[in-house]
Amino acid sequence: MRRIEDPRLLMGRGKYAADFRLPGMLHAAVVRSPHAHARLGAIRAKAALALPGVVAMIAAEDLGPIGRIPTRLGHRGGSVACLQFPLARDVVRYVGEPIAVVVAESRYVAEDALDLVEVDYTPLETVTDARRSMQPGAPLLHAAVEGNVVDRLETRRGDAQAALAEAGYRVREQFAVQRHTGVPLETRGLTAAYDAGTGVLRLWGVAKVPHFNRRVLADLLGHPEHRIHFVELEVGGGFGVRGEFYPEDLVVPWAAMRLGRPVQWIEDRREHLMATNHSRQQYHDIEIGFDADYRIVALVDRFVVDLGAYIRTHGVVVPELTAALLPGPYRIPNYSCEALCVLTNKTPTGTYRGPGRYEGTFVRERLLDIAAARLGIDAIDLRRRNFIAPSEMPYEVGGASLNQRTVYDCGDYRSAFDQALERVDYAGARADQAAGRREGRYVGIGVGCVLEKAGLGPWEYARVEVDATGHVVVYSGVAAVGQGIETTLAQVVADELGVAAEGITVVHGDSGQVPFGVGGFASRGACVALPAALEAARKVRAKVVRVAAALLEAHAEDLVVADGAVHVRGMPDRAVAFRELARAAVPGPPGMEPGLYAAHFFEAPRMTYPYGTHVAVVEVDVETGVVSLPKYVITYDVGRAVNPLIVDGQLVGALGQGIGGALLEELVYDEQGQLLTTTLMDYLLPTAMDMPAATSALILEETPTPLNPLGVKGVGEGGSSGAGAAIANAVADALAPLGVPITALPLSPDRVLALIRAARPGRS
Amino acid sequence: MNERTIQVTVNGRHHERTVEVRKTLADFLRDDLDLTGTHLGCEHGVCGACTIVVDGAAVRSCLLFAAQMHGKEVLTVESLADGDRLHPIQEAFWEHHGLQCGFCTPGFLMTLLCFLRENPDPSEGEIREAISGNLCRCTGYINIVKAARAAAATLRGRS
Repeated sequence: MRRIEDPRLLMGRGKYAADFRLPGMLHAAVVRSPHAHARLGAIRAKAALALPGVVAMIAAEDLGPIGRIPTRLGHRGGSVACLQFPLARDVVRYVGEPIAVVVAESRYVAEDALDLVEVDYTPLETVTDARRSMQPGAPLLHAAVEGNVVDRLETRRGDAQAALAEAGYRVREQFAVQRHTGVPLETRGLTAAYDAGTGVLRLWGVAKVPHFNRRVLADLLGHPEHRIHFVELEVGGGFGVRGEFYPEDLVVPWAAMRLGRPVQWIEDRREHLMATNHSRQQYHDIEIGFDADYRIVALVDRFVVDLGAYIRTHGVVVPELTAALLPGPYRIPNYSCEALCVLTNKTPTGTYRGPGRYEGTFVRERLLDIAAARLGIDAIDLRRRNFIAPSEMPYEVGGASLNQRTVYDCGDYRSAFDQALERVDYAGARADQAAGRREGRYVGIGVGCVLEKAGLGPWEYARVEVDATGHVVVYSGVAAVGQGIETTLAQVVADELGVAAEGITVVHGDSGQVPFGVGGFASRGACVALPAALEAARKVRAKVVRVAAALLEAHAEDLVVADGAVHVRGMPDRAVAFRELARAAVPGPPGMEPGLYAAHFFEAPRMTYPYGTHVAVVEVDVETGVVSLPKYVITYDVGRAVNPLIVDGQLVGALGQGIGGALLEELVYDEQGQLLTTTLMDYLLPTAMDMPAATSALILEETPTPLNPLGVKGVGEGGSSGAGAAIANAVADALAPLGVPITALPLSPDRVLALIRAARPGRS
Repeated sequence: MNERTIQVTVNGRHHERTVEVRKTLADFLRDDLDLTGTHLGCEHGVCGACTIVVDGAAVRSCLLFAAQMHGKEVLTVESLADGDRLHPIQEAFWEHHGLQCGFCTPGFLMTLLCFLRENPDPSEGEIREAISGNLCRCTGYINIVKAARAAAATLRGRS
């Protein structure tokens, strides 16, 4: 089914954050630190305020006692001292840190005024490499955190060190994943307005977790939650980074309240690249042990995660997820992992599509290929020997994340793997590779097995209503980030109520219309929001039948609900339309709660674990270092695909981002902590030319999850998580004749070329 | 304040406006004419989200000034549909799931509007090249290429 969101978006009628207008609206611009680490001195606004059109400048001291921005997930006690204040106090710790906000009659004037704000800085020594940041003598970011290590997360199953000591074969390697992030095409933005008469504060342009953020804002401002109204608008991509509570989310509404006029702030792209969460940067030192039959007996990992200068709303959830899912689809009886969460003078970090899994999948799958090569066993065979079997489900992995133990719900990993190899024509690809090598072409084939998680609870809310004109409305606590959730919510409710999905209105992200909600993240829309809507629709259907039975004087079991009406079976003329039923439902038959509406909270105490396999076929130009992708295959088991078009779109779209992380994207800092990639000319996103020549996503529905009534598993992230792994393995395979070691991402042309040159010295 | 008065036709409608010379064309369309279908993704000419058509050529409205538009003919995404009836390129994007969040979509539509006039029967490679100056972060482009091919076929059938 085509998406119901699309016509308005295609016609330019969608209203995104920057499209929203209010009479008398002011525009904000943010004064950001040009230093990575400095003591703040005086902030002088006089010249800025003298500029015609400038209304105010707000700095930390204006905000008074407003506290630090709290975590939403991954909270640990040790990190509280590193949470960020909305505006910097005393010390700035990364380039781009908000120091003050200028408010003016236009965006142009506000930006002019930024140049006129004078700030005194005393530069401090900076540290930008997490591995150095942990060393004695490194400059300290927060006085409360000794050695810049905020946290050590430990995961243990069995006795991994003992098992490793007794293993027949051991392979150890070090890997690095670069700092990169979501970069939605729409930057962040927000409009706030305060009605001093009623005390109601309104915000437009919120995203992802509006209900949670409303509570955070209420707490920070000391304002009653019910007098804050959040409205979502269209959202131009989320990918984990948009919609978390950022400093601007406090300062903009604060300014609107203080100034008594609406205030809009729209992030520019340069700001976005330095102010919105970064992600992914990790350094792993990992060792794997096998028995004589090449079965894994132990996995021991120790990794450093670069969290940047502050703890943001995700706490330490990214390293937590890395450790929880590092074992992947393999049976690993003894596992230990130590994650060191380290601060640096760089932009703070959060989740980005497939958080922890993109990194961990690269590390694990690359390690398996390296191990296979060293041990002289086929890498495909090595994986097949180690997959967890369907008969072992549910499977306890031994770790935990997001306050729940990692327990795989169901899956046939070998099947998804074999089907991916079949779809890519693995034998044919190997033959092409051999032929290519004879011609001096460097073709490689790489696999990456993905074990994802989806459907994070703890619950989601839905309310379904038939209004007095007979129209069906779904109110959902989920948030849209461009994924098509309106369409799938409408589909599920349409099926239950016997109406056309196209005619259903979906309302989300509006705290005035949807009283409860968790939001749109962690591939949870399909697994948690759809079941909530389904259950609410079932309740409404029961009421529909009950009211119709009274009106038609028939037994409920003789009634048929179809085409927006109810009729008596075999008697299509004895019918009553939803319109009449909705009106008759108030107050309705004795004993029924009046009104054709019902709400449902669907609880999801356990996550579901979708899985699949990526296979990349690459060709490396050894003269330029450019990696091209002739062919790419993904298999992914989603339990059940409610809308295959959308599922395919999620897989291929995520793959685009995964390819970016594998080949192009990197947030680069110099030693002074200056971010060098502050435009889209420096931070390279994949274009249509970077996508594989042939892309194939095979949606599997072999193992519906028992954890929700639809059997769906969530599909937002698996298309990305395996891409770094599969592409790196393919590049290593292509360059195997040259003996080029591939242990770090991205495989950008300059890096690949440097590796090739290092591997064959003497040749240009 | 340094200002100019311009006469410009936008989506078939004539406007005479006085603009600050530093105001970009994109901001003029969005703020002065309330045509917010043209989106700004980078404001430095890389992402292509703000692509519109000026005198028949696809251009980036973030890199032009409104003051340069005197006597020009401008088309934005709002001009494509006929009332609620979608243009064949829009229809093809809908049919082939060529958009997700929709933010980059107006830029792709306007780029393809010009490209398919110049090249009514493009190969897949030519389409990829034609849209390589437009960034999409959601779709991975494959469905956009499919939509472009389908739209080309529909438009060829019409002419």
